[in-house]
Amino acid sequence: MALHELTIAQLHEGLKKKEFSATELLTDVLQRIEQVEEKIKAFVTVTEDVAREQARRVDEKIARGEEIGPLEGIPAAIKDNICTEGVLTTCSSKMLHNFVPPYDATVMRKLKAAGVVMVGKANMDEFAMGSSTENSRFFPTKNPWDMGRVPGGSSGGSAAAVAAGEAIYALGSDTGGSIRQPASFCGVVGMKPTYGRVSRYGLVAFASSLDQIGPLTKDVRDCALVLGAIAGHDPMDSTSVPHPVPDYTASLEKGIKGMRIGIPREYFGEGIDAGVKEAVKKAIATLEDLGATCEETSLPHTDYALPAYYIIAPAEASSNLARYDGVRYGYRDETAEDVVTMFMRTRSEGFGTEVKRRIMLGTYTLSSGYYDAYYLKALKVRTLIKQDFDRALEKFDLLVTPTSPTVAFRFGERAADPLQMYLSDICTISVNLAGVPAISVPCGLVDGLPVGLQFIGRPFAEETILQAAYAFEQAAGTANLKPAL
Amino acid sequence: MLSREQVEHVALLARLELKEEEIEMYRQQLGKILDYIEKLNELDTTNVPPTAHVLPLKNVYREDVVGEHMDPEKVLRNAPDREENYFKVPRIL
Repeated sequence: MALHELTIAQLHEGLKKKEFSATELLTDVLQRIEQVEEKIKAFVTVTEDVAREQARRVDEKIARGEEIGPLEGIPAAIKDNICTEGVLTTCSSKMLHNFVPPYDATVMRKLKAAGVVMVGKANMDEFAMGSSTENSRFFPTKNPWDMGRVPGGSSGGSAAAVAAGEAIYALGSDTGGSIRQPASFCGVVGMKPTYGRVSRYGLVAFASSLDQIGPLTKDVRDCALVLGAIAGHDPMDSTSVPHPVPDYTASLEKGIKGMRIGIPREYFGEGIDAGVKEAVKKAIATLEDLGATCEETSLPHTDYALPAYYIIAPAEASSNLARYDGVRYGYRDETAEDVVTMFMRTRSEGFGTEVKRRIMLGTYTLSSGYYDAYYLKALKVRTLIKQDFDRALEKFDLLVTPTSPTVAFRFGERAADPLQMYLSDICTISVNLAGVPAISVPCGLVDGLPVGLQFIGRPFAEETILQAAYAFEQAAGTANLKPAL
Repeated sequence: MLSREQVEHVALLARLELKEEEIEMYRQQLGKILDYIEKLNELDTTNVPPTAHVLPLKNVYREDVVGEHMDPEKVLRNAPDREENYFKVPRIL
């Protein structure tokens, strides 16, 4: 196998044994990018120079006989809404087309300390608003399994890069499914950690009470490794939690014998494709074979998650995106002669259609006279949704559902109707509203396209869902799936 | 359904200058989304407290000490326009 086809854990062994150098590994990944990027378009920016320098430093360290950490020298893609000092961070928006952050996001600082080799900044839906990367202002990313289909979104570039071997792992961000849904569509592993587990400092804010950064990887072990590197309290993010960070790989091999798994019936109803349902049911049978007890349960307010989300997320977004005014950074309209006209033209041209749609929606639901009817109502429904999870996770160690109601859809299939696009996140959105952790793992193929299985856990019980996901992946043989490219 | 005036008012609040065709598009699409959102009214939430945030966090304080700060040159590097150590904008009045 070529180096770009291996996992973090495999590559780490190879680096340690000096079977190849970090520079050789990087060269192989850059060649892969050279070979497939024209088709896939996973990156807004390929950062070859940065990567070469980082790989060289790892090689020097190895040459000095120093020990290297598990992520040291491993090439990664970083979603383009995570600030990287001195490297363009666009959010796939015209608004930030020229923005070069003067500082690193905390996750980036941590990855640098862990010896990351950053190969590029990954494409996404503009400001992380979308489920297909069709909302990128630059270009859509293609699904490596079928170039006529979307990679999912908003972290579509991150998922496609990992699936295509253009990066060994990636970071994404997940506000309503933006890591898990593209992971599902591209046949990779993707995790949204518990809200507060990973610092959001330096993540360009979309909906601050829902956003969370997480890993996209080729298998569950790699996911545990990356999570361990980025998790932890950060004084720069007062919503990050001071719980200690365990070694997430330590419990991977413990198995799931005796685990109680809840299967919420609302996730198997109307709107879920028959093929997806079948693949997930087969996966549940595998979990039972492994010794877990699977039992039907209910999250009764599931139907209300999407409407609540489409009040809360746009409301927070309309507030967060008020900062883009053309004054301090990013795009500015140069034709206006007064400052208010400059704000208005800058925002009208700088933001794309979906971003403006959500700003409009959020501004409306927060506006005088509507706040109680929409925003406050949605926050109350959010309580009910959270209570659903609290109750279910009291009885069960974890819950299992499909990650997405369908496999990857075709370009243009849902772009015309915003509601159709929003429905793509129906299995993932409640998890963000409840703040609990969830991981998507490939569980098979339907018509040659990957299906994702979602494991949902108790707050800060990432270890449990990783353990279950690992057991499943080993039994089902779905680790490190590769599309024929 | 939203009226054209409502869309224009919201656009002004959001500091967005919409084109004629955008006003009509958003009027229809936002109307549809708001209809869908009406679904929440099926639920009685009279005695339900709101959840703005899932964590039981209270105010987070830190010591009031001077820390590191960024070099103004670095801060201003992304400015579309500047004069000395200031961001420069078109006339305000």
